[in-house]
Amino acid sequence: MNQHLLTICYLIGSITFILGLKMLSNPASARKGNLLAAGGMSIAIFGTIFLFSYDENGTTHYLGNYIWIFAALIIGAIVGTLAAKKVQMTAMPEMVSLFNGMGGACAALISIVEFNHLSKELDATPPAEIIQKIQEVQPTVLIIVLGLIIGSVSFAGSMIAWGKLNGKVKDFSFTGQNILNMVVLAAALGLAVYMIFNPQQHMLLYAILGLSLFYGIFFVMPIGGADMPVVISLLNSFTGVAAACGGFLYDNKVMLTGGILVGAAGTLLTILMCKAMNRSLKNVLIGSFGGNKKGVAGVAGAQGEHKEISLSDAAMVMSYANKVLIVPGYGLAVAQAQHTCHELEKILTEKGVEVKYAIHPVAGRMPGHMNVLLAEADVSYDILMEMEQANDEFPTTDVVLILGANDVVNPAAKSDPASPIYGMPILDVEQAKTVIVNKRSMKPGYAGIENDLFFRPKTSMLFGDAKKVLQDLCTEIKNA
Amino acid sequence: MNQVLNFITSKQEIIYTVILMIFVGIEIIEKVPSVLHTPLMSGANAIHGVVIIGAIIVMGKAEQDNYLALALGFIAVLLGTLNVVGGFVVTDRMLEMFKKKK
Repeated sequence: MNQHLLTICYLIGSITFILGLKMLSNPASARKGNLLAAGGMSIAIFGTIFLFSYDENGTTHYLGNYIWIFAALIIGAIVGTLAAKKVQMTAMPEMVSLFNGMGGACAALISIVEFNHLSKELDATPPAEIIQKIQEVQPTVLIIVLGLIIGSVSFAGSMIAWGKLNGKVKDFSFTGQNILNMVVLAAALGLAVYMIFNPQQHMLLYAILGLSLFYGIFFVMPIGGADMPVVISLLNSFTGVAAACGGFLYDNKVMLTGGILVGAAGTLLTILMCKAMNRSLKNVLIGSFGGNKKGVAGVAGAQGEHKEISLSDAAMVMSYANKVLIVPGYGLAVAQAQHTCHELEKILTEKGVEVKYAIHPVAGRMPGHMNVLLAEADVSYDILMEMEQANDEFPTTDVVLILGANDVVNPAAKSDPASPIYGMPILDVEQAKTVIVNKRSMKPGYAGIENDLFFRPKTSMLFGDAKKVLQDLCTEIKNA
Repeated sequence: MNQVLNFITSKQEIIYTVILMIFVGIEIIEKVPSVLHTPLMSGANAIHGVVIIGAIIVMGKAEQDNYLALALGFIAVLLGTLNVVGGFVVTDRMLEMFKKKK
């Protein structure tokens, strides 16, 4: 009876995952979709705790160690909720990366424990039957080792991605790194194959674990911070596959379907993200954006003089404009200036200026980052424009105010085939009459390349922290 | 060779599930607007937390005197819970902000 109930629990789990993910891809139903999947997950988890049974030596066992399980569940739930509730909106991407790493580590740990279990069985097998036994367990060893490799790469990679996004880990690359990575990966896979045929060599498992962790670290290390969303999305789908390995291992359908679902959807999402930047996945992973190519584009771009504008002039220009378009970027997110930005928008609107936002699909650190941020500040949905729409509006715009965005407005993406971002669709801000750029300094953006836009005659620079500058602009315009 | 064929036959149900799920996964998110990329990734991140079920099984099966399995299982359940709970809560927080203005 319990068996059947559990099957139904898992069925419900799988269906809610599919429906939840489907609903998540539509703005109107997204939140319900998330809750639905969470509900299905709870059913599957508690079903497992109370209904899961297995046969050993002819008798049916239920799961034990409830105290341990519930202790871990409760601690995890409290810490997870607090962390997720407390995190700043700007730090969301690294939070996702961190949680993803936890999932990867979980999968790797399962593999280790299951392998230890298996090697005990092998040790207990009499020599006469050992060959037979090894043949029997080969598929299981394959799955265990696969889960270990994918899980630990995902864990190590996610931790590095997390560190990079919050600035604790710097970009690091050296010549031949790609080759070294390939060698390490090949070594891990080679050992894995050897292991499948010689499962008695217990210690090899830890060698594979070490190599996989090493690969995870050095695979993410050279990739620039701007590409982290793509990397996190890719690692996300890795963890999905690692979870599916667990499903294979226990013949557990909900793990299998959930894992593969995320693996497939995550891979597609990764490709969609790359497409939004008009780059290929290979280019993201091997190109090490902004690393070795920096020199070439930097020399070509470092020319001319930029012109500064004073706060009061900027305030003046904006309050007498008919139409102002705001281009938010990562600088806005870092400065936590979304509320002040909304404030400025309200003041300008009261003065009769038409204010809209032009959102580049990859502005910020993740696709949709800016939308989330501005939505938090209560900015109305209908004045947020996507790139194509915005590009139609620029010719009739008087002032474009760029807040901490850089690469998404870099004209080199259109004109300079040597530039690493060549081909990426950009916001065509130069079509507007005046461009005011707020940045903290003249430093290049995340792609590590100079931006010609800042040296164009139409452009004036307004240096400073986005929040401070916006506050001052608000005061200036109010008093004007 | 025989072994491989045997494996495929005995696991055909799983293999079918995997293939169909790949198509489902690709199909359902094909038309996602770029605005939702981040929440969708975060939601998918929470869903792969199902790996916690494996951790619970490991933990529940561990013998009382097998401290290594108990310790590793405990950490695995803990990390899995973080993945699931944190993932869903973060996603909900992101989506909450979209909802206000709908």
